[in-house]
Amino acid sequence: MLFGQCVTAVGWIGGTVPQLTEAEGIVELSMADVAGAGIAVGAAVVGRRPIYVIRYQGFMWYNAAPLLNYAAKSKAMWNVPCPIFVRAIAMEGGIGPVASASQHGMVMRMPGMPVCAPMTPGEWQEAWDWFMAHDDPLYVSEHRRSFAIDREMRPQCHPRADVTVLAVSAARLNAEEAIVRLARDGIVCDLFHLVWLKPFRPDEGLLQSLARTGLGLVVDSDFEIAGPSRSIAHELMLDTGVPVHALGLADRTAGFAPHLDNGTPETAVIADRIRAIVARRRR
Amino acid sequence: MTTRTFDLGAIPGLPGTVSAATSLAMFRRTCFNRFFELEVARVYDTGAIKAPIYLSLGQEQIPAAIATASRDFLIFAQHRAHSYYLSFGGDPGALVDELLARPTGCAGGMGGSASIHDPRIGMFGHSGLMGDQVPIAVGAALGSGRPVLTVMGDASAEEDYVFGAMGYAATKRVPVLFVCEDNDRSILTPVATRRSWSLVEVARALGMTAVDVADDPWLVAHHVAGLRTELPALLNVRTCRDVWHAGTGRDGEPEWDRFALTGHTLEDLGLATEAARVEEEARRAAARVWDERLPRR
Repeated sequence: MLFGQCVTAVGWIGGTVPQLTEAEGIVELSMADVAGAGIAVGAAVVGRRPIYVIRYQGFMWYNAAPLLNYAAKSKAMWNVPCPIFVRAIAMEGGIGPVASASQHGMVMRMPGMPVCAPMTPGEWQEAWDWFMAHDDPLYVSEHRRSFAIDREMRPQCHPRADVTVLAVSAARLNAEEAIVRLARDGIVCDLFHLVWLKPFRPDEGLLQSLARTGLGLVVDSDFEIAGPSRSIAHELMLDTGVPVHALGLADRTAGFAPHLDNGTPETAVIADRIRAIVARRRR
Repeated sequence: MTTRTFDLGAIPGLPGTVSAATSLAMFRRTCFNRFFELEVARVYDTGAIKAPIYLSLGQEQIPAAIATASRDFLIFAQHRAHSYYLSFGGDPGALVDELLARPTGCAGGMGGSASIHDPRIGMFGHSGLMGDQVPIAVGAALGSGRPVLTVMGDASAEEDYVFGAMGYAATKRVPVLFVCEDNDRSILTPVATRRSWSLVEVARALGMTAVDVADDPWLVAHHVAGLRTELPALLNVRTCRDVWHAGTGRDGEPEWDRFALTGHTLEDLGLATEAARVEEEARRAAARVWDERLPRR
């Protein structure tokens, strides 16, 4: 079963959902978000393993209650699994104060629900395979910019890199562009793509890169203050002793006009931050 | 709005149409619920129960009546659910253990009084967010195709997501029986202070059958049996919580004493002797369950 709002009338969620009927499993919910999330959770707790689509990830601020207070806790409280695959879709541009950038941080801070942010076809397959192999709920922080991606995004490592960049969600695309610009300026970056945010288990290549560069930056599409970028940076610093900085959304409300938006750190912003932390270390 | 009375919706002569065996079976459940709760109160007042308790004293006949009318529901109740658990066949010993925070409790000691469950009777736990069991119940019915009972209080009914869930159930004809245990209290704040609308009228406006009755167990069972065939539906039951929202305190006598009224009805049915025996057996059974797990000092 797939539950969502406005699934069938407007593009079938960017063409990511098969054109099936309600009897075949595509269930149109009413526009009552909290109730809708609860209904999807109810289908999960009786074993239907539903997919639940949140069309704007900022709407997690009301969808969170049944997902985080019931689905995420059901196994710990009652030993009753509540496997629900949550597709929470982030986007950028013209959405104003709805805050429809990524909101995975609110989920990460609560127990019971793993969090990932796949961007490539292979990563999506991995997320789905994980879900089907486990009986836990899974929060998938999705981003509309992933819809066009048809390649895999591999880590980029250099023997003489100046800094290790770790990027999440749409920030990965901007980070890729930023390190190309920085290479022209003589700043060499390792780049790692973070897919699994919780539990966060840094791989050996990432730890070796940090040990080699002695400097890190986590870039994310969620807010920075008390957010995933700072949390992951903190964990890495404790693990490695290497200073790891964080860059996420600014601590301000977004307006609708482009110059008032507050989206994923842009390429230039990421590049400027990397220049600044590299320069500071050189001093 | 309709006035609260102990005989709201009464159907004259209804108990007389029910077999003696059914009336006594319903009374047996009521008594066990009641005496179990009185034991909980006794133990709580000794300090042996460390977590908050939510007693159904005064309301214990509602689940007894529902379980008498239909037992094939999946159950999504709320924090005041001991009597649902017991009425539908939950293990009393596991509930005792749960209240004592033991790992052998029905929720492994995690649930306490408020978050009990028993998969064997199709009863799911409550997370503590008032009313969130209602949308989850609708989804469970949609996902399983089975009839679902969900229970809320008159305060939880005001949670906005309850309307959304009821509206969706009405739209998609999802087989859910919504029961509101209307004790006219949100902690202590009465309904009239909180809202001008009636849940029954809202349910009807959403397109489902809705009934507003007092907590006479024969009346409740009668309507559950009837509504069971036309789900989704709402049953609003006017009742009186006999003790505080949490704990064992009381604020004087309730508006009516349904347990005593039930006894009078059984007497009118010529079942006084049998009822007295049922009551005494239930009293002993409830005490025995507790004594086996927590010997009296």
